[in-house]
Amino acid sequence: MVEKILAAHSGRNSVKPGEIVTAEVDLVLGNDITAPVAIREFEKIGVDKVFDADKIALVPDHFTPNKDINSAEQSRVLRDFAREQQLENYFEIGEMGIEHCLLPEQGLVRPGEIIIGADSHTCTYGALGALATGVGSTDMAAAMASGQAWFKVPETMKFVFQGELPDWVGGKDLILQVIGDIGVDGALYRSMEFTGETIASLSLAGRMTIANMAIEAGGKCGLIAPDQKTREYLEGRTTAEYTEYFSDPGADYFEVREYDVSQLEPQVAFPHLPENTRGISEVGEIAIDQAVIGSCTNGRLEDLRLAAEILDGRKRHSEVRLLVFPGTQQIYRQALAEGIIDTLIAAGAAVSTPTCGPCLGGHMGVLAAGERAIATTNRNFVGRMGHPESEVYLANPAVAAASAVAGRIISPGEVV
Amino acid sequence: MNIKGKAWKYGNDIDTDVIIPARYLNTSDPEELARHCLEDLDSNFVDKMSKGDLIVAGENFGCGSSREHAPLAIKAAGVSAVIASSFARIFYRNALNIGLPILECPEAVENISQGDEVQVEIAAGLITNLSKNQEYQAVAFPDFMQKLIQAGGLINYLREQAGEGNVSL
Repeated sequence: MVEKILAAHSGRNSVKPGEIVTAEVDLVLGNDITAPVAIREFEKIGVDKVFDADKIALVPDHFTPNKDINSAEQSRVLRDFAREQQLENYFEIGEMGIEHCLLPEQGLVRPGEIIIGADSHTCTYGALGALATGVGSTDMAAAMASGQAWFKVPETMKFVFQGELPDWVGGKDLILQVIGDIGVDGALYRSMEFTGETIASLSLAGRMTIANMAIEAGGKCGLIAPDQKTREYLEGRTTAEYTEYFSDPGADYFEVREYDVSQLEPQVAFPHLPENTRGISEVGEIAIDQAVIGSCTNGRLEDLRLAAEILDGRKRHSEVRLLVFPGTQQIYRQALAEGIIDTLIAAGAAVSTPTCGPCLGGHMGVLAAGERAIATTNRNFVGRMGHPESEVYLANPAVAAASAVAGRIISPGEVV
Repeated sequence: MNIKGKAWKYGNDIDTDVIIPARYLNTSDPEELARHCLEDLDSNFVDKMSKGDLIVAGENFGCGSSREHAPLAIKAAGVSAVIASSFARIFYRNALNIGLPILECPEAVENISQGDEVQVEIAAGLITNLSKNQEYQAVAFPDFMQKLIQAGGLINYLREQAGEGNVSL
């Protein structure tokens, strides 16, 4: 699948793993941390205009609403550049969402496209059958000028999931299981392809959670073939034409791994690597100070619904701060309309405007030394959410919500 | 280009959050970033290292975030090169793009100890351990990446193209 997309974008009939190709990109993304560096580099290249003002997306979502003066200066670099270049897809505070929730919602991500983003979780868009991958600021600068990027054609690892998902188990648990299995460099330089009846049964939200964390196994991208659900998701979001690509039945894979998920329990990744996974029944007694529900991994409407289902009529534990971050304004409004936000606030949650803030220890929920959080985010590295002596445990939204009630990491089944 | 310095040895999966913690990402000034290089891994690394020293680490160096601030911080701190068993792919691209020399060489990582004097011939990928009198050969870069390295990074490479009124890779 990845080979077909790369070939189509580099004017070739076919490409082989290991080759380096120059490909045309369909969308270039940056945020308030990475784009200021990219803009500085862009200005050194010696061109006045970006290659296509409709194909660049700038989303100030990390330290926004601006957390301090330096962050405000960085956001201003984005804003000024967007105005000067008349960029179609600059999202101001108030319309802004967490980039990887926002762009698919806005119909800016379509199957068969190549999207590069100066953010490692750009791989999220693989859930729609696009080749999407994270790059750095200089790559972003070069692509803004040329509309191109260089790629080493990756080998592909295929992950096949069969079986019906048990209660309280979702996309997050499937990908945590995979990362626990192959390790944080288990898919280094490779494309990950997720398939099987379980994937087909998942909503686009669940699929995006899986593709989002391909990078946590070192993957270049995490692809899911488009299907009827993908087409329905795109309806009303985009009128652009797109091409769907599928893997050939006899395609070569570096490795194929098969999973039966019918007995899978919710997974928790212990500090300080996403590969340190355990089933919820193996967690033991872990008291928490904070529960964070949201992020580009699990900040979609389905995630908030799940949290509200657990928290309905319950209260957070008196010693736990419960923070909820809807992924976009549209998600936020829909959650308001469904009464989800009211349920969460009644349970004692602090609900915020969309921001990446707490996930990367930026603002809006930074941890003190010795504090522990359960989070629906994607990384639990040393110091990820604050003090280097704090700890982050990764889990799905149901586990995070249940743990907020119990004051310790717990299975949703024990709370509901 | 030849490089000589002392080796600072670290383990596997050194992530970009410990290379440059997000709390310092409200600036992109390389000098400011350099002050906090590796702070959450080895809190006084910047004070004890000397300009020209090398980082030697295990597998998956630079995993995690795409922040280019990580190789920028390492370069601005005065680290002359990073030798690792393997690099996370975004870090690998970023290092090449900004002109931070990196070498993939599991044999070197296995044999170099903390504090060894190491010399590197970048173009040849040849690593010499002066303390142990050993030589190791790093994995060669593909042609395209060698062009990037020779140009001094991606922007210089593109700038040469822009000069001809045609910006393409």
